[in-house]
Amino acid sequence: MTDEFNTGDNRSVLLSHGSGGRHTQELVQGLFARELGNPILGRMDDSATIELEGRLAFTTDSHVVSPLFFPGGDIGRLSVTGTVNDLAMVGAVPLYLSAGFIIEEGLPMADLERIVVSMRDASREAEVQIVAGDTKVVEHGAADGLFITTSGIGIIPAGVKVSGAGARPGDAIILSGTLGDHGVAVLSRREGITFDTDVVSDCAPLGGLVRRMLETSKRVRVLRDPTRGGLAASLNEIASASGVSIEIYEEAIPMQAGVQAACEMLGLDPLVLANEGKLLAMVADQDVPRVLEEMRAHPLGASAAVIGRVEQSDRARVTVRTVLGSRRVLIMPSGEQLPRIC
Amino acid sequence: MPLAFLDDFRSAPVVKTLLGELQAQVAALGRPIKIMEVCGTHTMAISRHGIRQAAPREIGLISGPGCPVCVTSNRDIDTFLELAALPDVITATFGDMVRVPGTRNGLAEARGQGADVRVVYSTLDALDLARKHPGRDVIFFGVGFETTAPTVAAAVAQAMQEGLDNFFVQSAHKVVPPALEALANTPGLALDAFLCPGHVSAIIGPQAYEPAASEHGIPCVIAGFEPVDILQSLIMIVEQVRKGRAAVEVQYSRGVRRDGNPAATELLASVFEPCDAEWRGIGVIPGSGLALREEYAAHDASRKYDIDVSWSREPSGCICGAILTGLKAPADCRLFAGACTPEHPVGPCMVSSEGTCAAYFQYEL
Amino acid sequence: MCLAVPAKITEITNGVATVELGGITRQASLMLLPSASLGDYVLIHAGFAITLVDEREAAKTLAIFDELAAALEESQNTETGQEP
Repeated sequence: MTDEFNTGDNRSVLLSHGSGGRHTQELVQGLFARELGNPILGRMDDSATIELEGRLAFTTDSHVVSPLFFPGGDIGRLSVTGTVNDLAMVGAVPLYLSAGFIIEEGLPMADLERIVVSMRDASREAEVQIVAGDTKVVEHGAADGLFITTSGIGIIPAGVKVSGAGARPGDAIILSGTLGDHGVAVLSRREGITFDTDVVSDCAPLGGLVRRMLETSKRVRVLRDPTRGGLAASLNEIASASGVSIEIYEEAIPMQAGVQAACEMLGLDPLVLANEGKLLAMVADQDVPRVLEEMRAHPLGASAAVIGRVEQSDRARVTVRTVLGSRRVLIMPSGEQLPRIC
Repeated sequence: MPLAFLDDFRSAPVVKTLLGELQAQVAALGRPIKIMEVCGTHTMAISRHGIRQAAPREIGLISGPGCPVCVTSNRDIDTFLELAALPDVITATFGDMVRVPGTRNGLAEARGQGADVRVVYSTLDALDLARKHPGRDVIFFGVGFETTAPTVAAAVAQAMQEGLDNFFVQSAHKVVPPALEALANTPGLALDAFLCPGHVSAIIGPQAYEPAASEHGIPCVIAGFEPVDILQSLIMIVEQVRKGRAAVEVQYSRGVRRDGNPAATELLASVFEPCDAEWRGIGVIPGSGLALREEYAAHDASRKYDIDVSWSREPSGCICGAILTGLKAPADCRLFAGACTPEHPVGPCMVSSEGTCAAYFQYEL
Repeated sequence: MCLAVPAKITEITNGVATVELGGITRQASLMLLPSASLGDYVLIHAGFAITLVDEREAAKTLAIFDELAAALEESQNTETGQEP
């Protein structure tokens, strides 16, 4: 059966692949189960059954990125790392994922296969298993190629308490690496915007990095991955949830030259660009040297840097200290980032 | 000149030096000084880098009408919106126009109702659209000053050459020098100097500002856009005022030549001709607009489409006009940051990427 | 009014230049700057090169800052009576 499953050039996804009959079976067994295979998924029950104990973290995300393939990743990788990271940001060890696919009729089978293989690789990297899934196919035009919804479960180790409301005045703010990579990488492929760049998406699972940080310090109070809305959105959300003021130092923010150049050229604000393999941490000041050291020893934290501080204030807001040494506000971003010219 | 070069014009030690020099100059001057930054990009840069806070208190920086989107009248915006709503028409615009409200709605809403509105980075992209959709008219909304207008002229010239008869421009272009004249004549404004737009000047050259300097005695310094450029320009202005001079000076010497960009100005003059134009908040300034010449009538949207916008109105309560002429500041507007925010803008000053209100809302403490 | 960035011309084909800034490359029309050549630095606005960036002028501007800094430091040292 699996030998007969052919993802050669002329094959594309058909409506029948989503209708629950033989074609669906072939697709699920021949592609999904073959690549994502694990004993739980292999049982093909209506639900995955799992034994778990402890505080559970549970999250869900829908992925509608366009284009499906971009430098450094694709929607498959993004769907796995995105959900894994949401779990890691509350201090959980990510364990199990589900994946629901809504496929547009006519999507080349080779593309679907590439994406599923990406998910396989990302799950291995993240040390998670995809144990449940669903496949639907919709008519041409009803989905932008492919939408993926992933949900994830993890266990929060005893004693770990990480929350957006946990920031305290005096805490340092650490950014794990360069800002804006994913945003620029995706923009570089979107129709209508053409430029060649060697910036690739930073799409990566952060579970391992977080584990190290939490083992090093009991006072990592907030973790957040600045995805949609970028640093600006995350910092404003945290300031609001924790009732604190936040100040960041413009000069301290690590950025690749290519990202900086793209922002210059297109009039983009790097502080609102999406990141998919970076995290913000608010850490008690005294623990910062050790935490930074641990982070920099990890491949995903090599450029980690302190970029700001949490302050006491009766106004929950975010400010930036500019190169002139003066302060200006960083507001919650509104709307789509439109490239500006004039 | 890789990124490192841009960094030189933002370097902290240089900035510190210049701030020190500016303090010294202002102390020697011994009185407040009122400078208008004409260009919207300067307003944004000043707010973004916290220059208002860092500069000595005596320096008053007021924003001017250099935001092309902001000074586009509702009548022009409504005309374009009507064009966008036409069946089989593709309208193309730069990004900033999309959220600007007209009398009834904005481009974003029009798009939601089925209008085919495309955001482009360049007029060349709009030309491409016309080539790709031969059966449909592609209408580009020409908004911008002398930096942008030549790029539109180039596209029109190209369309004419190719016989691309479905490419049109609706021109709401304006030019800067007549506006400076109008500002210099505005009672109650009493400006000490103009901080002049670096890239408009790269096209038109420094002599365009001679009337402001020699006839009105207002020093004009043409400034670049990095923090260092702006600070150095302020120093040059204060020095002139101290010495009682009123001259045109070029701080942005790496980008602005004596004769500007002749190829660009010639192309501009061959495709466009001056016309009277309505500036929001100022009114009609004679000879301040650009209209397509007769030879290019085939690409002029206003010739092909007769649009009635007699119902067009400026928003009530909005003081964008006073803000654009430097008579009021955003905080003086009772709608600012209340009824009027980037999410729900009442006037264009709040929503344009170079709008004064947008800059203040976004960056000022 | 004008977002324009300096970039270096690395290739020219049929009046269209490939320009590079910090590893980012884009196309820009030379219709408004037909005299531009390979290796020139130009300001790019809305997909067009609008003016040459004069490196010598840039260097001159930066040199002024260095002089200013030196003068400032000297006057500060004179005030405090310190050796430079």
